[in-house]
Amino acid sequence: MTNRYVFLYASAMVIIVALVLSGAATLLRPRQERNMRMEKMQNILAAIDISATRGEAEELFARYVTTAKVIDHRGEEVVGDAFEIDMQEENRKDPQQRQLPVFIADVDGETLYIVSLRGAGLWGPIWGYVGLKSDMATIVSANFDHASETPGLGAEISESDFEEQFSGKRIFDEDGSFRPVRVVKGGAPPDDPHAVDAISGGTITSNGVQNMIREGLEAYKPYFEKIKSS
Amino acid sequence: MSENMDNNKESLFSLKNRKLLSNPLSKENPISVQVLGICSVLAITVQLRASIVMAISVIAVMGFANVIISLLRKTIPPRIRIIVQLTVIASLVILVDQILKAYVYDVSRQLSVFVGLIITNCIIMGRLEAFALYNKPWPSFLDGIGNAAGYGWVLLTVGFFRELLGSGTLMGYQVIPDALYEVGYENNGFMILPPMALITVGVIIWVQRHRDRELIDVS
Repeated sequence: MTNRYVFLYASAMVIIVALVLSGAATLLRPRQERNMRMEKMQNILAAIDISATRGEAEELFARYVTTAKVIDHRGEEVVGDAFEIDMQEENRKDPQQRQLPVFIADVDGETLYIVSLRGAGLWGPIWGYVGLKSDMATIVSANFDHASETPGLGAEISESDFEEQFSGKRIFDEDGSFRPVRVVKGGAPPDDPHAVDAISGGTITSNGVQNMIREGLEAYKPYFEKIKSS
Repeated sequence: MSENMDNNKESLFSLKNRKLLSNPLSKENPISVQVLGICSVLAITVQLRASIVMAISVIAVMGFANVIISLLRKTIPPRIRIIVQLTVIASLVILVDQILKAYVYDVSRQLSVFVGLIITNCIIMGRLEAFALYNKPWPSFLDGIGNAAGYGWVLLTVGFFRELLGSGTLMGYQVIPDALYEVGYENNGFMILPPMALITVGVIIWVQRHRDRELIDVS
């Protein structure tokens, strides 16, 4: 087989593969994006303890989430589409420039606030949503997800066993000072409203969750203070 | 599974072809005899569910890759055959991933981390290089499915024991009764760490060698 043949063969192969893959990607993208939007809605709803299947996510999201706001670092409302905010991009920006989404839900007459968090796990990014009651201190529930944490270890942060621990926990103590939830290795004291159990074998991911909660909620603090004082 | 297929398509399953399918399950098992693909066995067998998804994906990718390479075998220039094989495997894996993302999103979420591991699974390339390059599509297909199934059953066995003993669950459901925990039974946290996967594979190899003395390497 001549060099000419080898080059032609390789070029033809590359072109065919490129066509097949880009064709598949283009054809499937609308469905994939729809799935991702649905999943995001599911996750946001999970943060206020509403479990929705992917099919009903859109309907339930429209029913419960009444307002979606974008706020800046002082907690002031700015113009923007909260649902489309990419937290990864926002985290790269200077803290003064960041825009954060807030989703406000109305569940049986109770107003609930959902904030968006993003941080780093062991192998890649982790993110999540935390739902807060209108006192801005009590957590309704939390939902976490990850890109590539180890299955059975760090990946357990997205399992309900871990997430359910957060409901009823508090991010401000009685004096009103900011005290986010810690993730404690070896088990949190059961009566501590500011701590949950870490995941055995997933220490770095657990620490990542703790840092994400502290830093993420810190950014929302001016907004929380405003809501509390109003 | 192989037995069902035997009944349906008797003619295509000569003794030789049946061996292609059944040998990799036991005597020529890619994991327990050839000791290939160990990396993914350590990485993804913490839970049974992930093991099942991985086994099915590898069966699909390996069946297709073997057939494609076998169809192309007379045209592939020997000097770039490894690159051609790799391109075929990688394209298939990307394609499978895209389709899963669009149609069975939840499975794709399970699989996400393992996609890269399928591409680097040396069993797939090993079979392309050793078999599909020199054989017709049908035997290559059987060889691919057989080897992937041989890989799969070891994966499932390891996943079963690791999840059962490490977390007390199977497929995420608790199977060890609470009563047992009350009398002092504890999950073995060591089972969820990779070294115990290696030891579990070791036990499988031991049992297999014990039952089939031919496999014992006396040299």
